[in-house]
Amino acid sequence: MADILLHNLLLLLLAPLLPGVIGKTKAFFAGRKGAPLLQLYYDLARLARKGMVVSDTTSWVFFAGPVLALAVPLLAGQFLPFGALAAPLSFNGDALVYVYMFGLLRFFTASAALDTGSPFEGMGAAREVSYAALLEPGILLVLLVLGRLAGDFSLQGMLSSATLSASWHGSEVALGLITAALLVVVLAENARIPVDDPNTHLELTMIHEVMVLDHSGPALGLIEYGSALKLWLTGALVIQLVVPLLLPPQLGASALTAAFVVGQMLLAVIIGVIESAMARLSLPRIPALIIGAGLLAAFALVLVLR
Amino acid sequence: MNEQLLHILPLLVTLINFYILASRRLLACVEAVALQGALIAFLPLLLHGTSAHAVVIAGGAFLLKGIIIPLLLIRAMRRLGIAREIESLIGFVPTMVIGVAITAVAFLCADVLPLAAQHYQSLVVPTALATMSCGLLLIITRRKALTQVLGYLVLENGIYIFGTLLSEALPLMVEAGVLLDLLVTVFIMGIVLHQIKREFATLDTSPLTELKE
Repeated sequence: MADILLHNLLLLLLAPLLPGVIGKTKAFFAGRKGAPLLQLYYDLARLARKGMVVSDTTSWVFFAGPVLALAVPLLAGQFLPFGALAAPLSFNGDALVYVYMFGLLRFFTASAALDTGSPFEGMGAAREVSYAALLEPGILLVLLVLGRLAGDFSLQGMLSSATLSASWHGSEVALGLITAALLVVVLAENARIPVDDPNTHLELTMIHEVMVLDHSGPALGLIEYGSALKLWLTGALVIQLVVPLLLPPQLGASALTAAFVVGQMLLAVIIGVIESAMARLSLPRIPALIIGAGLLAAFALVLVLR
Repeated sequence: MNEQLLHILPLLVTLINFYILASRRLLACVEAVALQGALIAFLPLLLHGTSAHAVVIAGGAFLLKGIIIPLLLIRAMRRLGIAREIESLIGFVPTMVIGVAITAVAFLCADVLPLAAQHYQSLVVPTALATMSCGLLLIITRRKALTQVLGYLVLENGIYIFGTLLSEALPLMVEAGVLLDLLVTVFIMGIVLHQIKREFATLDTSPLTELKE
């Protein structure tokens, strides 16, 4: 019980820290002081107090987007182990549920964007779903590799550190490949450079951010909080995968969980470094990157199947 | 440690193959080929330990593949004023897909070959096959002569990887001869590049297929 509580508290309380860490890293590279680490918490508190402006042309779908933006990560988080904290919910095949819950979220975010009738938001929705369609095979191939190595298709089974440290010993090549693929997935899923620029404010070049232009007040807060949770959850896959490689397997449970949290912060720093060092790819070249990541995962699958 | 490096090195070589296939910038490609050459130069040391024979082969390969040939290529690029974009006959995504497909086939089929018992299940043989076929793919799909030279170098890297498995049995003279051949080939290709450029004012090889008086 205490474990489940701690699991959810970690997710709910620490997730908004990640955008702050990314922001600080980017500010460091740009030679600025940057927004405070806790900026997203302040933003959320501010947005919660505000009123909402809602267009007359919208329907309930417009609100389904923000509500699911929070609900989906909360539910999906129950399937993931965080360090030594076991996943509160786990059954064989929950990896597919995990992937398609984010598919559901994407469907409703895109629908909410289309519901406003704004041409820009429709364009953003079209881009978002077309890149997501390319991204999906990559994620599934990564999960297939993990499932094959663990002999279990639940996220808890695939990502438990005991199985993984055994797998890193025999098939480090395949796991290395899918770690690289997952990193691209994390960047693409969370609308980060080189796929999307979260700071851009030119509608023509925006992908993800343009879809939420019409949301305001608490609804926008829900979306911002939800995307921080999503960053935590997609990052958790990478961290769970890499921690058993870097740390000795006989580590205690609390040390493993601490390593997980530190890993999340390090991943945020790495994302910040990538964002500072790279420019955004031009739109026609993004599919090549995403398909490339999927191909790496496909190659890894061939390696573990042979 | 040695065992792990023997797993990681082929992985890196394969990743560099994919990178070269997917990259659009010529300079990045040359650097990637240089890195690949430098990495595989260490293979004899990993496979056969630090005997004098292996050290000489590794040192020679490192010097040639990792430093001299890339510098020659970069110099040729500067002298010929080559634009940075790479032109491909088919798109970059199809090239990548084909590259991964042939790499996968190489990994699946390597153990079907009649290999010596100690090379069975090793990653070195499939990596060699995959690198050779990726080099061939580069030569076939790229239009500019310099990128075809790069393809040739990748192909040769694959042959070198395969050769390292045998390098205990192979006399040093043969290895040295192969490396010298490689250097001379790159020299000759440099001269040919120059000629193509002077004759056609471009490095596109497609006009070379037309017969003219």
